[in-house]
Amino acid sequence: MSQFTPEQSAAIRAEFPELSETVNGHPLVYLDTAATSLRPRGAVEVESEFALRHTAAVYRGAHTLAAEATEAYDDARATIAGFVGARPNQLIFTSNATESINLVALAVRLASAVGSPARFALRAGDEIVVTESEHHANLIPWQEVARQTGAVIRVAPVTDGGELTVDAVASVLSDRTRIVAFPSVSNVLGITNPTRAIADQARATGALVVVDACQSAAHGRLDVESFGADFVAFSAHKMYGPTGIGALWGTAEALTEMPVVLTGGSMITRVDYDSSDYLPAPAKFEPGTPRLTQAIGWAHTVSYLDAVGVDAIATHEESLGAEMYAAVADIPNVTILGTADGVHRVGLVSFAVDGVHPHDVGQYLDSRGIAARVGHHCAQPLHKRLGVDSSTRFSLGMYSTTDDVAIAVAALADVRAYFGES
Amino acid sequence: MQLDDLYQQIILDHNKKRAGYGLHEGGFPSHQYNPTCGDEITLTVRLSDDGETITAFEWEGSGCSISQASASLMTSEATGMSVAEFERFANGFREAMRSRGTIVLPEEEFGDLAALSGVSKFVARVKCAMLAWVAAEDSLLLTRESRT
Repeated sequence: MSQFTPEQSAAIRAEFPELSETVNGHPLVYLDTAATSLRPRGAVEVESEFALRHTAAVYRGAHTLAAEATEAYDDARATIAGFVGARPNQLIFTSNATESINLVALAVRLASAVGSPARFALRAGDEIVVTESEHHANLIPWQEVARQTGAVIRVAPVTDGGELTVDAVASVLSDRTRIVAFPSVSNVLGITNPTRAIADQARATGALVVVDACQSAAHGRLDVESFGADFVAFSAHKMYGPTGIGALWGTAEALTEMPVVLTGGSMITRVDYDSSDYLPAPAKFEPGTPRLTQAIGWAHTVSYLDAVGVDAIATHEESLGAEMYAAVADIPNVTILGTADGVHRVGLVSFAVDGVHPHDVGQYLDSRGIAARVGHHCAQPLHKRLGVDSSTRFSLGMYSTTDDVAIAVAALADVRAYFGES
Repeated sequence: MQLDDLYQQIILDHNKKRAGYGLHEGGFPSHQYNPTCGDEITLTVRLSDDGETITAFEWEGSGCSISQASASLMTSEATGMSVAEFERFANGFREAMRSRGTIVLPEEEFGDLAALSGVSKFVARVKCAMLAWVAAEDSLLLTRESRT
């Protein structure tokens, strides 16, 4: 495994203007990519240029600007779909991964209320499987489904080292399992889950499988079909794209069967006063004027990632991630969350510093120009499971360097002394 | 912004040696929770028999040094105040915390609490400093309601 050369890193970093900024008198060390990644200048410029020159309504109007906007929007979907191994008509644009998951959960609630379609309709006593490592966004929508339908949430355990095994998920599957929701990579532990094996096993029971792929996107080749799931959710802003847009991928079968959730213009064929007919996916799930400029910005972002090379990015981040993990593990009185052996990790590590609250850790790091995430990272139950209230997280991006890691680790080693811990 | 503006030695000391720490039975405890960082404090205000004077603050909690030190410093500086005095005191403290660095807590009035003045420059930390105070006001309200 090799990292980018200094020349390659310099070229990448030049595309991300924040990296030339100073924070509190220090050059910015951005280690919060897992929350929101920085954005490449070129893609932002294309997005703003588009907004200034091509803004018009898509899928309506015969004028030239409208036609150009429609073409650009369709092209954007095709580009993003191609990047994640999807067919364009199976990729639905949403606001973010949270909304993507909620879209499925709401479809389940609507279907459950009327008892059809069967695959989406839950009844009292049915079971929804989630995992201990869930982000709130892939937990709370299912809690609401359970509350409405009388279904029961069953939680697949992780090991003390944070590993989610196929057997652990199997242990909570039953003939009442209707939905299985889990992350492809934990946003707290950085551990890659055996997504395909879990999905295969879950689908064999007839359950709908929903994968939160936020932390997989752009840190490796995200191939949505390879997961073997019914639905895959991800966000643009975690893969160097704009905020305000994400996607829900579904199998053709699942999207055909899934009931409409939001309704209105752009998603219809015939409309009468008492009923209407709907277009197939993706239009079926995208009523109203869409996220036009965001889609353009996202598409140009993935083109940039392709130009750099997703496999090269993944290799760089993995190698640097291993370096970071080892360096953090070497600091006395710092405890890493999720230390399971023999697992694959993305470039992300969460940890607790003995005697110093994560908020104070984060504030200290910020004073040295280091942007880290502190808190529960939208995963309160997982932190409780691992015996802490909250943690500090370093996460890498394509622009991260071995210097970033060295600076952050050196600062982390000084935290306890600053707060008078010996 | 200097980090030492935020973390004065008094704060680090009170975070370690916490005045008023430890809850006892009875009274009207208020539990406050900051969902963004998970800081929490449960605090009971004890009043004199006539209900006019604060005789003690008792609290337990977990969280960052600012939230814990603020509870400890409040205990040190406000025990023995009349309820009316404390209400004015808490309003003054809140106003300074929300001032984005424009109001410095005067030492002659706020004593060691003046060390928290720097917090107001760190907008994300103001809630941490206020957590114990919100609990105190709530406990006071619950206590007084029980008497009417």
